[in-house]
Amino acid sequence: MIDYYPAAAEIFLATAICVVLLVDVFLRDEQRMITYWLSMLSLVGTAACTGLFFVDESVTTFYGSFIADSAAGVLKLVAYVAVALVFVYSREYLAARKLFKGEFFILGLFGLLGIMVMISAHSLLTMYLGLELLSLALYALVAFNRESATAAESAMKYFVLGAIASGTLLYGISLLYGVTGTLEITELAERLSGPDGFGIPALVGLAFIVVGVAFKFGAVPFHMWVPDVYQGAPTPVTLFIGSAPKIAAFALAWRVLVEGLGDAHSSWQGMLIVLSILSLAIGNIVAIAQTNLKRMLAYSTISHVGFILMGFIGGTDDALSAAMFYTVSYVIMAAAAFGMILLLSREGFEAERLEDFKGLNARSPWFAFVMLMIMFSMAGVPPFIGFYAKLLVLGSLIDAGLLWFAVLGVILAVVGAFYYLRVVWYMYFDDPLDDAPIVAPGSMRVVISVNGLGLLVLGVFPGYLLELCMRVL
Amino acid sequence: MYVPLLSICIWLPIAGAIAVLVLGAQRRMELARWVALGVSVATFLVAVHLYIGFRWYPEFGGMRFVERVPWIGAFNAFYELGVDGISMPLILLTAFLTPLVVIAGWEVIKTRPAQYFAAFLLLEGLMIGVFAALDALLFYVFWEAMLVPMFIIIGVWGGERRIYATVKFFLYTFLGSVLMLVALIYLYLQSGSYSILAFHELPLGMNEQVLIFLAFLIAFAVKVPMWPVHTWLPDAHVEAPTGGSVILAAVLLKMGGYGFIRFSLPITPDASQSLAWLMIGLSLIAIVYIALVALVQKDMKKLIAYSSIAHMGFVTLGFFVIFATIANSQDEAGAMLALQGGMVQMISHGLISGALFLCVGVMYDRLHSREISAYGGVANTMPIFATFVVLFALANAGLPGTSGFVGEFFVILGSFHASFWLAFTAATILVFGAAYTLWMVKRVVFGEVGNDGVAALKDLDRREFLVLGVLAVSVLLLGVWPDPLVEAMDETLRQLLAHVVQSKL
Repeated sequence: MIDYYPAAAEIFLATAICVVLLVDVFLRDEQRMITYWLSMLSLVGTAACTGLFFVDESVTTFYGSFIADSAAGVLKLVAYVAVALVFVYSREYLAARKLFKGEFFILGLFGLLGIMVMISAHSLLTMYLGLELLSLALYALVAFNRESATAAESAMKYFVLGAIASGTLLYGISLLYGVTGTLEITELAERLSGPDGFGIPALVGLAFIVVGVAFKFGAVPFHMWVPDVYQGAPTPVTLFIGSAPKIAAFALAWRVLVEGLGDAHSSWQGMLIVLSILSLAIGNIVAIAQTNLKRMLAYSTISHVGFILMGFIGGTDDALSAAMFYTVSYVIMAAAAFGMILLLSREGFEAERLEDFKGLNARSPWFAFVMLMIMFSMAGVPPFIGFYAKLLVLGSLIDAGLLWFAVLGVILAVVGAFYYLRVVWYMYFDDPLDDAPIVAPGSMRVVISVNGLGLLVLGVFPGYLLELCMRVL
Repeated sequence: MYVPLLSICIWLPIAGAIAVLVLGAQRRMELARWVALGVSVATFLVAVHLYIGFRWYPEFGGMRFVERVPWIGAFNAFYELGVDGISMPLILLTAFLTPLVVIAGWEVIKTRPAQYFAAFLLLEGLMIGVFAALDALLFYVFWEAMLVPMFIIIGVWGGERRIYATVKFFLYTFLGSVLMLVALIYLYLQSGSYSILAFHELPLGMNEQVLIFLAFLIAFAVKVPMWPVHTWLPDAHVEAPTGGSVILAAVLLKMGGYGFIRFSLPITPDASQSLAWLMIGLSLIAIVYIALVALVQKDMKKLIAYSSIAHMGFVTLGFFVIFATIANSQDEAGAMLALQGGMVQMISHGLISGALFLCVGVMYDRLHSREISAYGGVANTMPIFATFVVLFALANAGLPGTSGFVGEFFVILGSFHASFWLAFTAATILVFGAAYTLWMVKRVVFGEVGNDGVAALKDLDRREFLVLGVLAVSVLLLGVWPDPLVEAMDETLRQLLAHVVQSKL
C-alpha cells in the first residue's frame, strides 16, 4: 500500500496545473488575470499542503524513491515564495510587452513541480525525473519570447549544454547502478560503504555526477551557459532561473553527494574545492568587466555558487546547514535584484544596463535604498543577510581546517565588492540619464520593498532562519 | 529604574536618521535640521551622563553599564554592550563631535541635505556601537556597517575625484576587515562564543597568536592608518566634505587604535611582544617620513591628512613601546605613561584634526579652494578666524598648554624608558610638526593679502564661531587639565598592562 500523503503537495500542484491549463484555454486575452490569480492560488494551496503534512521525522514512500523530511519542507516553502515573487514581479513587465500569456505561469509551475520532486527525491531516478521536468520547463521559458532572436539563441545554448549535462549525470547514475545494483539513496550509501564499495567504476560515476551538479549550479568550468542565458532570456525568466532552481541544485548536491555518496567525501571534496575556487575567481573577476546588469548578476551568481559549494566542502552537518542558509539567502537576494530590473523597466525600455541605474537616488530615493541594501547584502556587508551567509560558510571551512581557503575566499569577496559598489555609486553619485517616473503597480512596489527590507531585518535578526537551517539538517 | 543608556546612545541617532530622512522626503528641511541637531545633542547629553556615572568609582577598571541580551543563539552571540576606561572617552568624543558636524553643515550643504544629516546620525550610532560592543560579532557588524554611510558621504558630497576616493576607501578598509573576520571566526571556534572578554582569557599558541595578530594588524593598520597602507587616507580626506573629513580624522581613525588596544594587545600578548619591533618601526616611519611628506603638500586638507597619519603614529608607538619599556626599566611606570599617552593622543588628535578640517572648511566655503597658494594674509580680513587657526595649528604642533602636548609628551617620556634613540626619533615630530603646520599658517594666514578673493573675505559668522569656539575651549581645557580624562582610563589601562605582560603560552 503506497502512502500518498508525503507527496500531497506535489500531487496537489500537478492537479492544479492541469486545472490552470484547462481554464487558460478558454480565456480571452484580457481575462488573463484569472490565470495569474489561479496560479497564485495554486501556490497558496501547495504551500498549505506542505504545511499540513509537514513532518519532523523523515518519511519515505513510493518504495523508497520519495522522501519527505523537515528540510525538504523548508526548502519547498522557500521555493514557493521565490516563484510567487517571480509571478508578482513579472506581471507588469509581461503585460507591457504583450507576453502576458498563460504559458509563462504554467511553465513556471511545472518548473516548480520539478524543483519539488528534486527536493524530495530519494532515488537517483526520481532525482533525474525532477531535473528533467525543471529543465524542460526552463528551456521553453527562455525561448518564451518568440520574437526575440537573442532569446532563441540562448534557449538553444541552454538546451544543448543542458542536454549534455543531463546525459553526463545520467551516465554517472548508470555507472553507480552498475556497481551497486540500486538507485535508492540510502541503500546506495550502504552498499558503497562496504569494504569494496568505492572502486574505480564508482569513482568515475561520482566524477560524472559532480559534473552534472556543477552544471546545474553553474560552477566554473561548467558555467558557460549562465551569462548568455541570463542575458538573453526575458528578464522575468532570468529572475526565475536565478532564484528557485538554485534550491533544486542545492537539493541535488545534498541528496546525491552528501546522503548518497557521503562515504566518498574525501574524493569529492577535492573536486568541489577546485570548482569553488574557480567559480569565486572567474565569477568575481569577470563580473567587473560587465556593463549589462543581468550579465553582471550572472557572474555574481557564479561567485555565490562558489560560496555555496564551500558549505559542502566542510562535510559536517553544520557546514551543510551553512550551505542551505547561503542558498536560501541567495534566492531572496537574487529575487530582489532581478525584481529591481523589472521595476525600472517600462514599455519599450529594459533597465538592464548598468547605466540605467544612474542617478536612481534622484528619481526615487526609496528604491535606490532598496537596491543599495541588495547590493551590500550580496557583497556580504553587515548588517544584511548576505553577511551571515558568508560568515557561516567561512566558519565551516575554518572548522574543517581549510584556513587558507577561507582567506582566499574573503579576498575574492573583496574583489567582488567592487562591482556591487559600482551599482551603488551609479545610483547615488551620478546624475540620472532620464527622469521618467517609475511605472510599476503598487502591489509590486510593496512586495519588492518588503523583499529588500527583509534582507535588512533578517540581517539584524538572523537567529531564527539560522536555527531553522540547523535544526532541519 | 533600569535604563539601557548605551543602547540609547546607539539607537537614538539611528532612529533620528530615519526621522530626518522622512522629514526630508516631505521637504520639511528646516525641521529636519533641527531634529538632526536635537538628536545629536541629546545623544551627547546621554554620553555625558554616562561619563559622570562612570567617574563614580575610579578604582574599578572593568566593564560598566553592561547590557546583555541573547542575539543569535546559533552562534552563541549576544547583544552585549559595556564601557571601560578605554571606550568611554572615545564614545564621548564621538558624541561630542557629531553635533558640531551637524552645525558645521547647517547651511553649507545644498544637495540632499536630509540625506547628509541622516548619514552622519547613522554613522554616529554605528561608531558608538563599535566602541561599546563587547561581542565580537556585534562589533564586526557595527564596524562594517559604518562603511556604508561613509561610502555615501564621501561619494555624494565630496570633491572632484570623490568616486575614486570613496571606492578606494571602501575596498581598502573592507579588505582589512574581512581578514579580521577570519581571525574572529577562528577565535570563536576556539572559545565557543564571540565574547571579546572571553577572547582575552583564551590560551593560544605562539603560531596562532602570530597569525591572529597579523590579521588584526591588517585590519587596524588600514584604519589607523599606518605606513604603508595609508594611501587611501589623503585621497579620502581631500575629497570628503568637511563633515566627512572631521568624522574620518576624529573618530574613524581612532577605531584602528581602539582595535589594537582592545583586540591585538590583550588577545595576542605574546605575538604583540615579539612583533613589537615591527609596530615600532612602522610607527617611526609614519612619524618621520610622513611628516616630511606633509611638509611638501600644496593642498591644505592633504597636509592635515598626512599630519594625521604622523600623529596616529604616536598612538601605535605608545601602545607597542610598552614591551621594550618594561624590558629595559623593569618597572611599569614608563609603560603606563606610554599607554596613557597613546590614549590621550587619540582624544586630542580627534579634537585638533577635527578643528583644523573645520577651519579649512570655513575657507573652502568662501573661496572654493583648498590650495595653500590661493590664500595669503587671511588674518587681515578674518582676524577672529586667524586666531582660531593659529591656536589649533600650535596645538597640532604640540605646544604645551594644549591637548596636543600632553599625549605626545607622555609617549616620548615613556619611550625614554625604552631607549634614548627611540624617544629622540619620535621627538622629531615636535620639530617637523611645528615646521609643516606653522609654515602652512604663515603662508595662509599671515603676510600681505594674496588676492582679491582673500580681500573680500568675511569673518566667521555666529554658527562657525560657536563650532570653533567649543573646540578651542576643549583643546585648551584638556591641555591644562587632562586629569578627568587620564583618571577615567587609569585603572583600566593598569589592568590591561597587567594582563598584557602575562604570557598566554
